[in-house]
This record gives sequence, C-alpha cells and structure tokens, in this order.
Amino acid sequence: MGKFLVRRLLQIIPVLFIISFIVFCLVFVAGDPVALMLPEDASQEDIEQLRESLGLNEPFHIQYLTYMAGLFTLDFGESFRYNESALPIVLERLPATIELAIAAMVIAIVIAIPLGIWSATKQNSPVDLLATGGSVLWKAMPNFWLGIMLILLFSVTFGWFPVSGRGTFMHLILPAITLGTGIAAEMTRLIRSSMLEILNQDYIRTARSKGIRDFFVINKHAFRNALIPVVTITALQTSTVVGGTLITETVFSWPGLGQLLIQAVNTRDMAIVQASVFVIAFIVILMNLLADIIYKVLDPRIKYN
Amino acid sequence: MAANPQTTTGTGPVATPISKSPSAFKRWFRLLLKSKTGTVGLIIVLTVILISIFAKQLAPHDPNQINPAMMLKPPVWMDGGSADYILGTDNLGRDILSRIIFGSQISLAVGISAVVLAGVIGVFVGLVAGYYGGIIDNILMRLVDSFLAIPTILFALVILSIFGPSVPTLIVVLGITNWVQYARLVRGEVLSIKEREFVKAAKSIGVRDNQIILRHLLPNVISPFIVISTLSVATTIILEASLSFLGLGIQPPTISWGGILSDGRDYIATSWWLATFPGLAITITVLGIIFLGDWLRDVLDPRANNGR
Repeated sequence: MGKFLVRRLLQIIPVLFIISFIVFCLVFVAGDPVALMLPEDASQEDIEQLRESLGLNEPFHIQYLTYMAGLFTLDFGESFRYNESALPIVLERLPATIELAIAAMVIAIVIAIPLGIWSATKQNSPVDLLATGGSVLWKAMPNFWLGIMLILLFSVTFGWFPVSGRGTFMHLILPAITLGTGIAAEMTRLIRSSMLEILNQDYIRTARSKGIRDFFVINKHAFRNALIPVVTITALQTSTVVGGTLITETVFSWPGLGQLLIQAVNTRDMAIVQASVFVIAFIVILMNLLADIIYKVLDPRIKYN
Repeated sequence: MAANPQTTTGTGPVATPISKSPSAFKRWFRLLLKSKTGTVGLIIVLTVILISIFAKQLAPHDPNQINPAMMLKPPVWMDGGSADYILGTDNLGRDILSRIIFGSQISLAVGISAVVLAGVIGVFVGLVAGYYGGIIDNILMRLVDSFLAIPTILFALVILSIFGPSVPTLIVVLGITNWVQYARLVRGEVLSIKEREFVKAAKSIGVRDNQIILRHLLPNVISPFIVISTLSVATTIILEASLSFLGLGIQPPTISWGGILSDGRDYIATSWWLATFPGLAITITVLGIIFLGDWLRDVLDPRANNGR
C-alpha cells in the first residue's frame, strides 16, 4: 500500500507539470495584456515601461522559468481587474462552489444508488424503463437549459424559489437539483451496469440456489460488491461536477469559482484564469487519487502494476 | 442503456462495418428496424440532417429579419399568437422557428467536424502509444491524464478566450479537447490486439511497423471508433451549445441553438418560448443521436457494453 501510494503520488508531478506548461503556453500566445491594463490614452512610453516591469520583453524560456518559480511559491501573478494577487481571490470563491458541488453530489447519490440497484435487479420493469429512459433523456438535455426550465417553472411560475444568487438554503435548491440530476443520470447508468455484472456472477447464483431470500442476496452479496465500483464512480465524477458548476453558476448567478472564471475569461484577466485552472485541475487530480486509494482499500484483489 | 445486446453479430479480427453489397445493406436495414429506439434515432437524425440541408426552403421567414411590429409574439396556440409565426418571435421580432431551422446547420457542422478532428488526433496518439509502448506510451498517457484533469468546458473556455470565438476556432477547440477518449480506446484495443497471433506472425515475417499499424491494427478499431464518434457528436453539440450560451461559442449573426437560448434567457420571466424551443431542439437532436449510437454499439461492438 505504501509503495502504491508513493508511485501514485509521483505520477501526479508530471501531470501538474504538463498542465502548467499548457497553461503557460496558452497565456504566452494570448499575447499582450498591457493594452487592457492601461487606459486607452496611455503613451507609448508608459506601455513600454509596463511591459518591461512585467517581464513581457523577455524571451519564452526566461518567462517560463519566472512563471515556474512563481508557481512553486503559489504565485500566479496579479489580477489586473482586482489589483490583488490572483490565488487568494480564487480561493475566496471556492467555498461557494464546494457548497454547490456537495449539495449536487448528495442529490446525485440519493437518486442514483437506489435507482441504479433497483433497475438492475428488476430488469425491464417499469422502474428500470424509467431509470434507463430518464438517464438518456437527462444526458440529452443541456444542463443549462434544464436550469433555465427549472427557473421558469419553480421561480417564475410558482414563485417557490429565488431566481438567482446565494444566501439562504432556498437559493441552493434549484442549482443543486440542476447539477445533481445531471450527474445522477450518468451515475445511475454506471451503477446499473456494474450491478448487472455482479448479479451474473457465480456466487450470486450459488446464494440464490441455497434458497437465500432475494432481499439478502441483493443487499448482502450483490450490493456490497457493487459498492466498490460505485465509490470509484462517485469520486471520478469530480471533473464532470466541476465542469458542471461552471455553467450552473452562470445560469443561477451563483458567486462561485465558475462565475469568477467566466468573468475572468471575458475580461482576459489571465492571472485569475491561470490560478483557477490550476486549482480546479489540482482538485480533480486529488479526487482521482482518492478514488484509486478507496478502490484499493475496498478491494484487496486489485493490483496496480 | 441497452446492457443486453439483442444482436449477436460478433466482431471478428477484421471488422468491415459497411459493405457495399446490397444483401449486406438489407441485413443492416432489417437489424435496424428490429430496434425501436434505433429506428427512432435514425429517423430523428435523418430529419435533422434534411432540415439543415433544406433550411432555406423550409424556413417560413428570413431568420435574421428584424420586425419591430412583431416583437415577442407568443406561439400560435396562445392568445395573441399568429399563424405566421408558429413558435412565436423573439425580442427583435425574428421568427423563432426559422432561427431554430437555421441553427441546426451550425450544430451539425460543428459537431461533426470537431468529432472528425478529435478522432484523427486520438486514433493517431492511441495507435502510437499502444503499439510502441515504453517511454513514448508513458509520455503520451501522462498527456492524456493532464487533459483528463482539466474539465473539457474549462479548457475550451480558456482557449476561446485567447484566440477569440469563431467557427473554425470552435471546431479546433472542441477537436483538441475531445481526442482523449479516442486515444484511450485505441491504445487499449491495440495493447490487446498486438499480442494476438496474426500480428505476431506479421512481425515475424518482417512486415514493417507502419504497415502493421495500417493493415492490421487500424481495421480492428473501426467498429468502436464509429460507436464513440456517434455518441461524441451528441456531447459535442451540447458542448457547443453551452459555449455559445456562455457567449464564447458561435457569435451573431451566425445562428446557433445555444445563442438563441442565451438571447431568450433574459426574457424568461415574460416570454418563456424564447428559451424553451431551442432547448427542445437540442434535446431531441441529441436524443436521436444517442439512440442511433446505442444501436450501433449493440450491432458493431457487443463487447463494449459495460461501463459506458
């Protein structure tokens, strides 16, 4: 286990390097932020001076080294919109996004686990058709459209929930349902197929032939083994969840990382963009690592070579 | 979906999915009609393709025609609706139906071209990584890991913000954010196939590497490739709509479903039809493609049913 952990942690380093390199290249090609930072009537001299002080006149490799040196001290540069260091601004928005992500994940799990198991044990029953049909429909619906339709129905027509913003518990419900049901669709499908696979195993047939009641076969024998892929599936949804928050936050004006990032992208505030991409990638990598570890702990048969 | 492949068409060592002989075509057609969802999927996809081809003939109005006298007209079945504007008009008095009809062009064009690009990149990387193995494989797979750690939409957003939104940029962006799944698929297939006898035999008689890749490995990944590509068009259409919705995809005056939706969002409190119909168009189209893709998977690639 220790060896595995070290190996797995070491694998993260090149990934982080590649990501930082990709991000740097993108920003390098993005070119001159100076024009956006100074007022329109700035003189040529001022522009030159700012370029010099930002190190923009240096060649590619020098700029890259400076950038990497900054990364090691977690310095992503200054946001020219906020005139502050970028990372704290990004981290400040993180709790709102995590709140939304966790609420969505809870909804997804509450829907997907029972529905996935139920539809697998009762194949071709009405519940199964509902589960498989529902997950295809949800996959086909753009998530932001679902959000808008929920606002239309529950905020505009019925007036049950606020249209947008963050604050009370009521603010959280619609965005969490939008994102959560979207994730549940994918999860239900995955859980259903992993459960089906297990129900076809020999030991399940043995248990059934011994006359053990269905309830116990499903709950004790099948579900416990199906739990392994379920946990992994859940942890591996992080990337989808984070990607989903970007759009859901925009639809509901949720003041999280996604909203900040989209604003930064629109104003070309590259320091914020870089810091956000890095923070998001780091979270995803961490969750994937966690998935691997849980997988390994739950199922000692798994070997990583 | 469809955990039980109803068909037992196995993929042999060399799969030739679409044969030109009429009997094979008939057999395929019969297989398709057996699957209800497959048939529905095909009908939807063909309809959308035809609509996008004949958009000019089908659209009742010029989709960009601004008509101040007809602003925010509701659909025909509501009070104040007009038979001239079946699905109503938007805030500039433009006909929603015509805009949706024209919007299908960009969705399909972007969706299909981006998937082709992603496929070419992904298959190339996958073949090279799987076939050569060792350090090349290791480097390429770390690259894959890196791409997987950045949510697709985030990556697309960053690139579009740098190069500015345009149709070609959008296709390239969606292409290079989507190649990873192909690379993983092809690499996995190649890893298992290259240990098989026919590849070893070819190697032992001195067939060159690129010949082995082209003649022996590539034909074997075609079936799963077609399946993934079909489903990928579905996700790409949604991604394009999302980016256009965020204002970083297709720019006006080019009409896209995501763009119409984004316009309609501001009028959600008073004019629900603006945001509702383009979303329905996306959902129905994507649903059709998924149905078709699931059916193709059952027929072409019965092994790849689990976990996807």
